[in-house]
Amino acid sequence: MASMEAAVPAGAVASAIDQDYALVGEGLTKVFGGFAAVKDVNLAVRRGSIHALIGPNGAGKTTCFNLLTKTLSPTKGRILLNGVDISRLRTAEVARRGLVRSFQISAIFPNLTVLENVRVALQASYGTGYHFWRSLRAVAPLNRRAEELLEQVGIVESRGTTAAELSYGKKRALEIATTLALEPEVMLLDEPTAGMGHEDVEPITELIRKVAVGRTVLLVEHNLSVVSNLCDRITVLQHGEVLAEGTYEQVSNDERVVEAYMGGVDE
Amino acid sequence: MIRLLLIAVAVALLAIAPFHFYSVTLMTIMCFVIFACSFNLLLGYSGLLCFGHAMFFGGAAYVTGYILKSTPISIELAILAGGVFSGLLGLLIGLLTIRRQGIQFAMITLAFSQFLYFIFLQSSFTGGEDGMQAIPRNALFGLFDVSQNLTYYYVVLAFTLVSVFVYYRVVHSPYGEILKAVRDNQPRVESLGFDPERIKLLAFVISAAMAGVAGGMKATVYQFATLTDASWPISAEVILMTLLGGLGTLLGPIFGAGIIIWLNDYLAGFGEWALISQGVILLIVIVFFRRGFVGELSALATYIANRRKPDPKAAASNPAGAQ
Repeated sequence: MASMEAAVPAGAVASAIDQDYALVGEGLTKVFGGFAAVKDVNLAVRRGSIHALIGPNGAGKTTCFNLLTKTLSPTKGRILLNGVDISRLRTAEVARRGLVRSFQISAIFPNLTVLENVRVALQASYGTGYHFWRSLRAVAPLNRRAEELLEQVGIVESRGTTAAELSYGKKRALEIATTLALEPEVMLLDEPTAGMGHEDVEPITELIRKVAVGRTVLLVEHNLSVVSNLCDRITVLQHGEVLAEGTYEQVSNDERVVEAYMGGVDE
Repeated sequence: MIRLLLIAVAVALLAIAPFHFYSVTLMTIMCFVIFACSFNLLLGYSGLLCFGHAMFFGGAAYVTGYILKSTPISIELAILAGGVFSGLLGLLIGLLTIRRQGIQFAMITLAFSQFLYFIFLQSSFTGGEDGMQAIPRNALFGLFDVSQNLTYYYVVLAFTLVSVFVYYRVVHSPYGEILKAVRDNQPRVESLGFDPERIKLLAFVISAAMAGVAGGMKATVYQFATLTDASWPISAEVILMTLLGGLGTLLGPIFGAGIIIWLNDYLAGFGEWALISQGVILLIVIVFFRRGFVGELSALATYIANRRKPDPKAAASNPAGAQ
């Protein structure tokens, strides 16, 4: 009950600062059968910044992320994209407005070639998605743009390979190229380095830095070294609530954060 | 170039085939080629297992038959009308079922199919258990007599070639690319801003319409339409054809339909043994040749091609972005 009242003043604050923030979550609450996975979370992602969402296992990071990406609907609270309430819109509609997510497991199309993977995303704005009577020549003009994007993530030489045959790191790169094809204003990345070997983490971190230029990025991440040298701002969650927020220095010196990470929870 | 040549040879062989084989068997194979292609478009390229595809096949057979019996409309239009009927039926059923996935989708489509089966059984226009008999072959374009099987064979061949081309075109179209993406990873397609349900619905309607053309054509080949065409064993048979030929391969359903119909015909004299051998064949395919006839052949071709070339994977295994 208390959380419902808390959402109201937060809303007033957020609407006053729409201009500076690309994505805002106000009083987000998600209840699963009586258990509140996320409780009254306020989160504002500054335009053009790289923002991280971290926390111990079970802190509600993924739930929070899924609320922002519209994979789940909030029990309470609302989500603003550029000041517009998107809480009730569907995933596809939100994507068309410039908010695009990636997935923890590599979200690629395994039986399509690398070039086709990117071309699928390019078709979204090209408007040929339902053209079943035309030959593939109709989408040939997209090939150049697709190759540019593959070049950008460094896998253009694999353009003809079936995506399933790529290495893990290259699959992540392909996924990022596919996401970039939508020219998203806001990119939400779900644990971009999850399950990666050391040799893959550095290139992917660099890649995120490169593609984040001119965009707003929110990422959920486990790997603290990635967070420390990539992110402008960090929100720490614990037990479904915001524990601390600030730069890496501020957050890493916060006693409560140290306690949450070191004390008891094996993270 | 080689491909065009192969197609030309195939068409030439098909053109002289009725002088060497029984034309009705060949025409039956072609009806099932279209039917199996339509099914592969769903299961192989959209990942939708429709377990009631016979309703589109059998339903259209009655519609085409009814038109030919009661009106002077020419035969090609009657077959197309069967396709239109099944397309509309597919739209209706698709709207009700397309949100369901996997086994739920299979069961609901089966339920609709059984429902229609009983409507066909009870209706007077279908002839119930006796079937719709003596369907005339009205003149082609209202001009050419096609009552002889040998002549009609070429009409069926033309319909089949056009249908297979349509199927090829859909699979290799901008839309086909999105459809395969939905099959591979539906949530991702949605996150890119598409509506996967509408994409699958379109595939369902195209597939239903193709199955309708196949069913309408079969009614004109045999000149009668029966309940069997709308019954669930036909739905199962088309699944068998597609799996045997190679799921998600372009040519798989063509070979699958050919092999099954030929086997049925060849083994017809052995009665029950025809069914038993079908079961054994399916079992062998599922256990040993999971990619089906065409799938295994093309895998073999790739394997041989890779053995000749030096391994390109050595260069492809570097981590992302590492240059």
